[in-house]
Amino acid sequence: MEQFVLASGTIVAGVFGCVAWFWGSNMALDAVYPARGAGAGQNMRRAAAIRPWLFLGPAILLLGAYLVYPVLNSAWRALHNADGSNWVGMGNYRWLLADGKFHESLGNNMLWLVTVPALSTLFGLIAAQLTDRIRWGNVAKSMIFMPMAISFVGAGVIWKFIYDFRGEGLEQIGLLNAAVVYFGGSPQTWLVTPLWNSFLLMAVLVWIQTGFAMVILSAALRGIPEETIEAAILDGANPWQVFLRIKVPQIWGTIAVVWTTITITVLKVFDIVFVMTNGEWGTQVLANLMYNWMFRGAPDYGRGSAIAIVIMLLVTPIMVWNIRNARREMR
Amino acid sequence: MEGHAGTRSSLVWAVNLAAALMVVLWTVPTFGLLTTSLRDRDQIAVSGWWKAPFRSQQTDFVRAGTAPDQIAEGAIWVIAGNVLDKGEELLAWGTNSRDPGANAPGATVALPDDRTLSVAADGAYRLTSPTAFTETRGMRIFVTTISSPRFTTENFTRVVSSEGLGQAFLNTMTVTIPATIIPILIAAFAAYALAWMEFPGRALLIAAVVGLLVVPLQLALIPLLRLHNDIGLGKGYMGIWLAHTGFGLPLAIYLLRNYMVGLPREIIESARVDGASDFQIFRRIILPLSFPALASFAIFQFLWVWNDLLVATVFLGNTREQLVMTGVLREQMGSRGGDWEILAASAFVSIAVPLIVFFAMQKYLVRGLLAGSVKGG
Repeated sequence: MEQFVLASGTIVAGVFGCVAWFWGSNMALDAVYPARGAGAGQNMRRAAAIRPWLFLGPAILLLGAYLVYPVLNSAWRALHNADGSNWVGMGNYRWLLADGKFHESLGNNMLWLVTVPALSTLFGLIAAQLTDRIRWGNVAKSMIFMPMAISFVGAGVIWKFIYDFRGEGLEQIGLLNAAVVYFGGSPQTWLVTPLWNSFLLMAVLVWIQTGFAMVILSAALRGIPEETIEAAILDGANPWQVFLRIKVPQIWGTIAVVWTTITITVLKVFDIVFVMTNGEWGTQVLANLMYNWMFRGAPDYGRGSAIAIVIMLLVTPIMVWNIRNARREMR
Repeated sequence: MEGHAGTRSSLVWAVNLAAALMVVLWTVPTFGLLTTSLRDRDQIAVSGWWKAPFRSQQTDFVRAGTAPDQIAEGAIWVIAGNVLDKGEELLAWGTNSRDPGANAPGATVALPDDRTLSVAADGAYRLTSPTAFTETRGMRIFVTTISSPRFTTENFTRVVSSEGLGQAFLNTMTVTIPATIIPILIAAFAAYALAWMEFPGRALLIAAVVGLLVVPLQLALIPLLRLHNDIGLGKGYMGIWLAHTGFGLPLAIYLLRNYMVGLPREIIESARVDGASDFQIFRRIILPLSFPALASFAIFQFLWVWNDLLVATVFLGNTREQLVMTGVLREQMGSRGGDWEILAASAFVSIAVPLIVFFAMQKYLVRGLLAGSVKGG
């Protein structure tokens, strides 16, 4: 009960506080620089110069404290020892370069990076093309899109059940092993079999991200000018040719956006590995490795931060690309 | 083209079939878990969920009663009971693990020491002996049974009451609702300034917002936890609300600005000419018109916060009373790995609300996705 009072209190206080700030600061500004009397013109100019910062103030403060400051602070911590008391220079990074677990994580992240965006985009493209051509397309879209609403942890439970293993001879209750046995194979302990397990974890993320790719690509496909398609059909192109030669080349830009968006998700992937294998049996990834160094056993914030900075560096090219796109958009 | 009517209709068939296959592949995992959460726990362990609607046969053993259960009937001692659970039918039974189906229902077999055992078709067994029983551990009776499908909501009652998921549900709500509402207002004002006000540094700020969109959350954990401790906030709801607000702002500002920029310039210009202040324009014109974008962001933020594990693990405590649902699920995956009835029911409780929100407000979600990504291309 107490927490509800607290929560509703926060909502009311938060909303009221925001309104009070925006309204009150605007009133104050108008009172200090009234838009009338002598010097009204100058006052209006001054007020107009200050007002944007009143509107932006809370957002800038929060963004600064919760995103910009942590990046700088992490960069600083990465140059220090476990508890931040001593300067170690590049020591943590040198340690990373020599650490086997880091190599494994980096390798796995690269594997994820190649596999997940490619498969998600491919399946998304196929799903978009298929569902746009059938009468029950919207229902089908909803169903393929649905995993987007499911948490990574929930998805972890769902898929761990599919990969469940029972000893040979027992009735398999996991779908994958049941299928394997049905076709005459012997059941496998999927999640502890190196390499297989990484790909099976990737399947979970592909399952989630395909809907996202489908929604965006479907909108792009519908935006293709009809004339180009009609012209191709008149020239005798078959459906495959229309799809691969006419449609796909026209949506390359969108495909790139989908690809990079999923790439960012992949670089940060944590929950799925954390709950399904916790990075054991060769499935470690950077985000989970970082979590281990920061919160497990004796925390080492220096090493943890160094790993976080590596993730940041991997994301940076996409960040730059996004900013350049956004700036071009604004012109 | 019309000449190819035959190949065209077969193509239509192929497309329908392929789409159906994809839909099945994408829904089966969730459906399997839902089915499992509604099944009886004994049945989950012995047959796949796809066999849920059918009768299943299984071989297992039950233990007969022990010395305290015996009663004297004239000269002999008797232990009686029943080997069947509700809904089970007896096919065969036995006393030896090497031949668990040796005897038919109703048969009586002789055991060493002049004892006898009979098991009737209804599962009632009678173990007799000329001398008093001294066992402290009952003998094993192997039974082969066939059971009709049993569906139950018991798993749900159990996880909500005794597994702590009820409390976790409340905690998740407590985290999610303020963390969804607070960023909206802050972002809306900032987005308006970035869309419709002229000031130096605006382009730079927009670029910064786009850049901050992709900053990995992991980076923020330790510095913020330290910051919260230093300013006396510690671990708790206030900290997690602020954290989610901060992490959600870039997307909120980006989405809302993109939307507000597209609103018709004439409306805003004419309001300015009529002497409306920026504050009035924002409140009377921009805010109501931006409702679709506000709704899009609200859904994103709601789903994101509700489904989050990492931020909650770090910024809230980890005792039983403080866990959110994703935290409970994670803990159960570690400690009750094989108890699928618990895991399935818990997972379903935790994904039910997002699924409802998803299906109810899909339109806004799709709009938000399109505004957030396609523009960048």
